[in-house]
Formats: sequence, C-alpha cells, structure tokens
Amino acid sequence: MKRRLALLAALLMTVLSLAGCHGSRERTDFETPAEFDTSRRYEITFWAKNDNNNTQKLIYQKAIRDFQALYPNITVKLQAYTDYGAIYNDVITNIATDTTPNVCVTYPDHIATYLTGANVVTPLDGLFDDPKYGFGGSDILFDGPARDEVVPEFLEECAFKGHYYAVPYMRSTEACYVNRTFVEALGYELPEVLTWDFVWEVSEAATKKNPDGKYAVNGQETMIPFIYKSTDNMMIQMLKQLDGGYSDADGSILIFNDTTRDILKTVAAHAGKGGAFSTFKKDGYPANFLNAGQCVFAVDSTAGATWMGAHAPLVDIAQERIVEFETAVLPVPQYDPEHPQMISQGPSICVFNKQDPQEVLASWLFTQYLLTNDVQVAYAETEGYVPVTAKAQNDPAYLDYLSRAGEDNSAHYFAKIDAAKLLMAHTNDTFTTPVFNGSTSLRDAAGQLIESVNTAVKRKKTVDDAFIDQLYKDTTSLYRLDQLSGASAADGPDDLGPLPAGSVALLATLVCVWALLGVYTLRGWLKERAKKR
Amino acid sequence: MKKLFAMMLALVVALSACALAEGVMSYADYVAAEIDDEVTIEAYVQAHQGWWDNNGTGNVTIYAQDEEGGYFLYNAVATQEEADKLLPGTKIRATGYKAEWSGEVELVDATFEIIEGEYIADPVDVTDLLGTDALIEKQNQKVCFKGMTVEPIGDAGAAWLYGWDGSGEEGSDLYFNVSVNGQTYNFTVESYLCGPGTEVYEAVKALNVGDVIDLEGFLYWYEGVNPHITAVTPAA
Repeated sequence: MKRRLALLAALLMTVLSLAGCHGSRERTDFETPAEFDTSRRYEITFWAKNDNNNTQKLIYQKAIRDFQALYPNITVKLQAYTDYGAIYNDVITNIATDTTPNVCVTYPDHIATYLTGANVVTPLDGLFDDPKYGFGGSDILFDGPARDEVVPEFLEECAFKGHYYAVPYMRSTEACYVNRTFVEALGYELPEVLTWDFVWEVSEAATKKNPDGKYAVNGQETMIPFIYKSTDNMMIQMLKQLDGGYSDADGSILIFNDTTRDILKTVAAHAGKGGAFSTFKKDGYPANFLNAGQCVFAVDSTAGATWMGAHAPLVDIAQERIVEFETAVLPVPQYDPEHPQMISQGPSICVFNKQDPQEVLASWLFTQYLLTNDVQVAYAETEGYVPVTAKAQNDPAYLDYLSRAGEDNSAHYFAKIDAAKLLMAHTNDTFTTPVFNGSTSLRDAAGQLIESVNTAVKRKKTVDDAFIDQLYKDTTSLYRLDQLSGASAADGPDDLGPLPAGSVALLATLVCVWALLGVYTLRGWLKERAKKR
Repeated sequence: MKKLFAMMLALVVALSACALAEGVMSYADYVAAEIDDEVTIEAYVQAHQGWWDNNGTGNVTIYAQDEEGGYFLYNAVATQEEADKLLPGTKIRATGYKAEWSGEVELVDATFEIIEGEYIADPVDVTDLLGTDALIEKQNQKVCFKGMTVEPIGDAGAAWLYGWDGSGEEGSDLYFNVSVNGQTYNFTVESYLCGPGTEVYEAVKALNVGDVIDLEGFLYWYEGVNPHITAVTPAA
C-alpha cells in the first residue's frame, strides 16, 4: 500500500494536471473585508497531509483546538491525508463540484493546476499586508510572524504568476545518509560535502564480493551501495548543478538535452545487475537497506531522518536485521562542492476562495495560526523539517532542541536534528523548479528517465544513444509533455500529431457558431433587401 | 497389443493436456529464475486489487496461484474491462519480469491474457509455519491462520489502527497485531483489496484486544511476513 501511495503521489497528478479544472464555477475576486465578523459562526475544512506519522496528525489536532479557543466562532474540521497525490486528486474533483476545502496543505506545483480554474485559489498578497489581519496585524489574536519573519527564500517559492498563492508550512531538502563505518572500512575518508565522483567510486568499491558470493564490505548476500528515493529530485539536482536545461517559467520543456543524456549514461554505467546503484521504486525504501547494513549511501528527504540509522526511532525492519554502524548526514552529492546546490521542498498551505469573503478571512486566520511558533516548532521536531519563520527558528525552545542533538534516540535523535541543521546551513544553496500547469508531469518524467535506465540495465538491455533517443520520445508521450504550453519536448515542434479530441470539438463548435452567425446575418440582409423592394 | 497401444496413446494425450504451453514456466522454473529475468507463467486469479489509471495506463494488481505456488502480479497492464473479467478462478497467461521489492517476489511490467481453465485454491494453514524459515515457501499463496489472539497496537493499546501508526483514517489500510505461540505478528487489511464496507474491513474494526480469531488472506511480504487479510472470524 505504501508503495502504491508513493506511486500515486507522483503519478496520479500527471493525468489530472493536464485535465485542468474545467467545469468549475466562476468566482468573484476575493476582497479582504474591513472587519472580521465575529458575530457569525464559520466552519472551515482543513485538508492536511502527514508523513504517515501520527504525531504530526496529533499536532494538527492540537493546533485546531488552540485556535478554536481563541476564535470560538470558527470550527476547523480536519481531514487527514498521508500523501499529496490523494489531496491533489480530491481537490481537483472538488473544484468541479465547488466543494474545495478552505485550507489545504499542498505543493506549489499543484496550485498551478488549481489555478486553471478562475478564482479558485485566493491570492494572498492583500491578506499578507492587511494592517488588521495580515502578518503581524493589529487584530490578530495570537502571536504570529511578521511578514519579514517568514524566511524569504521559502516565501518566494509560493509566488507565481505575479501573486502569492500559498504560504510555506515546513521546509526540507534531501540528505545523503551515509554508513560512515563502511566508507572507512573501504579505505576512504568521508568529505564534508560529497561529490558524485566520490559516491560512484566508493559505491563501486562496495560491490566487491568474497569467494563465497557474499559482499566483502558487509558479509551479506545483499548490498545496494547507493540507493535513491526520489529519482525526480536526483535528476533535477544533477541538472541544476551542471547548469543543464530542465524547464523555464514559461513551461518550456528543456530536459531532453545532452546533459541529461550524459547523466543517464552515468547512471547506466553504475546500475547493472549487482551494481552500485538502484532506486526505491526498483528495490525498496533506502532506510531499510541502510539500517540492515546493505547500503552505503541512502538519499532521502530530511523529513525522513527519523527512519535513518542503526538507532533510528522509526524502523520498518525486524530488530534482528539492524546492524551497528555510524551514520553521517550530509548534503546530496555535488558536482561543485564549493558551490553546493540542493532542492528545497516541503509542504505549503493555500486558501481556497469562497463566495463569502468572511469565510475566506477565517481560513486565512487559521492559516496564519499554523505559522505560530507553537505549531512550527512542534511540527518541525517530528522530523528533519525546518520551521519556515525566523521567529520560530530563533525560538528558545527550538534552539534548545537543536542544541540537544543526540541526547536520546527519540525526541533528540541526532540524524533528525542534523538533517534540520543541514537545511538551515544551506538555505541559501537551495532552489526550486519553475511552477506551471504541467510542471508536475515534467517532474515525474525526470524521475522516470532514471528509473527506466536503471531497470533496463538490470534487465541486460543496452543503454546507448539509440535507447536514450527512444526513451526521450516515449517519456514525452507518456507524460504528454508535448501538449504543455511552451513545450519543447523530445520530438520538437515538427511532429505535433493529431489534434486532441477536445480541441477538434472546440474548433468544430466554433465553425458551427460562425456558420449560424453567417446564416443569421444573410437572412437579415435578405429580409432588409426584400423590404426595400 | 492394441490395448497397450491404446493405453500409450491415452497417456500421451493426458501428458499433452497437462504440459505447459511453449515458453511457459512451471512454478519451480519461476522460483529458479533470477530477479530481473523475463518470465511467463500460467496461473489462476484468486483475487485482485482495484483497477487504477496509472498515468494513462490501466493497472491491476493480481493475487494468482496454481497447484504449486503463488504469484503476485504488481500493477499488471490491463484495461478496466479486462480487470473486470478477472474473477476468482480465472486462468491467465502472464509475461513480465521477476522482481523483488522489500522481500516480496513479484511479476512486474506484466501483460496477460485470459485462457481456458479454472481453479480456486484452498487456503493452506500456515499457523505452525509462522516464525519459521519454511514460511517464505508459501509466499503469495492463499493461506489461513488459526487461533490467533489480537494484541494491542500503538501507544494507546488499540486493537487496530488506520495506517501503521494510526496516522490514516477511514479508507486507509488497517493494521493489527495477532499472536500465537508467544510471538506477535503484524497483519494488514490492504484497502485496495478489501476496502471500507467489505466484510473483513468492518470485522477488523470490530476486533477487541484479546479476541481469538481465525484469519484468511494472501501471504504478502514486506520486510518480513505481512499477510493481506481477506477474512476474519471468531476462532472455531
């Protein structure tokens, strides 16, 4: 189930992103009311995602209770989700029926699709700066952040098409969780910043077997030296580090280039059967291999740090399979370690527009409440997340938490705190990819390129230029990248194929309308002419 | 002489009928195949998860079995119409790649065709195999467990949870612990196989810690045995 959810999270949205939000009702622009009407009662729905982590769900529930105590006229109804794909699917479905939630945890990529419906998502620019109800507003009943206390890099990730459509909720990046014991046993010294060359070299060294067929480094029959959870992130970060094309803000698809080709050939060179590299989709969760001593480098989100390491508080394998080793939490591998670049990710929160602006204002108040220190610090401490406000990051309680890394293997589990520190130290080195309607499909395609090569090599297929040419075409077709606005996919503009059925129907309708108008005009002209006679 | 000839002829005909089509593996051949090898098997559908549109390609996950062993076809390619024809007992010929994901041996990227034949497997009682190395030999088969005691799960000591730690809600997989012979095992009601409203989903939600129950399901593997339970009844 977890595996299919992971697939759904990535794939469900691909088809839907292209379906847009047709059928949604038109809404008027939101205008901030002058006063929040506290004489009325409001019920707002909050669709929240947790990382299959009940503590996070409990934090949402507590936040709702605390907020309702401050605003007794607002009732917040929580709907818990454990993957973004399901939220996205449900939002798209509910846009058509005008039953979107009021507040929703989401990704900016998804909001770009929601925005294909008119006035579906509330632009927050006006609310941010409202003197009474905006950030730090005079009539806010809680100690929320001022606008300049929201980490600017994180806030900018929520701006597109000239407006802010969300606020950041939590931020994470990817980390490479390393079995330092194995690295040193193989005769290497772990650098502070990994390079791709180092990771490939050590990984190849770890594939050496003893005469009994077991791997020399771990004495086991299984070893995947380098395993990557999110291959979309892998491709995106490699391209960014190499300044290779991916996409631009206009939605042009630039990924099918020679830099990508070189990356794929590198992956192929290390992914053979019994090879140095594999992926979550192909073999399983990186944490499970790491903790069983069957992996040297495991790349996963910093928000998955509580699963990583010999003494991780969360485990998915039997205790007797866990081996003792030293874990290091490092940035993802780099091509230029002097100028590291890593992806910024994590949930954001959007507010859906409603007919009643007071209801939207109530939703905004709750959204802001989720940025208070109490919520931010509590939630960030559940995983290797970082609070999105400087106010929370500098909260004495949070600073105390950070200072106690390794005191225990639960609340202060070192890998979780190291992961958070990693992002805080590298906030200026993070980036995001352009957001547009269809950017989710492109992200999925980026990962699929690596997955396809990994699988092909293990099935003893040859990955050469001809293979990659065909892969580019197949990927373009599968993810409909040639149908995105501004697309410049593998086949280029000279092979656009037949028009989609919807376009044909639209054009036929236009022709009919023009024909009817012509008939009507001609008929009128003939009548006039007859009268003149 | 005529009698002998007739017997030999009958034997040849019988053997021919039993033989597998060209290129089709026996279960033993399938077990012997290496991970990532292309494989073709013939087996009988015992159940399947809900069909879904996986980025424009229809997929259905199938629990299949023959007289020798079980197969798990993960996300086999199928239209919804084809998936609807996969009634229990339906015989299929499937070609795909042998794979292993977190210990679960499966066919992936599989296509299949429905062929003549019908067989519904009786569940194999594996209660005594729990905790033994022999259990994995029954992987993916329809199995049953007898006289299992419901044990508490989660911090609050519940009888079952939505999701592995209670982070889900109605519609999520159900997780619960059962014990026998002093060992506790984690079982799952996979919601894509038996979702809300099905007899087993509701039966598990009605369990209490300490209940003694019999269970049926498929011997799925996730980093160890993790059966997908399809039926729960009070212990006989």
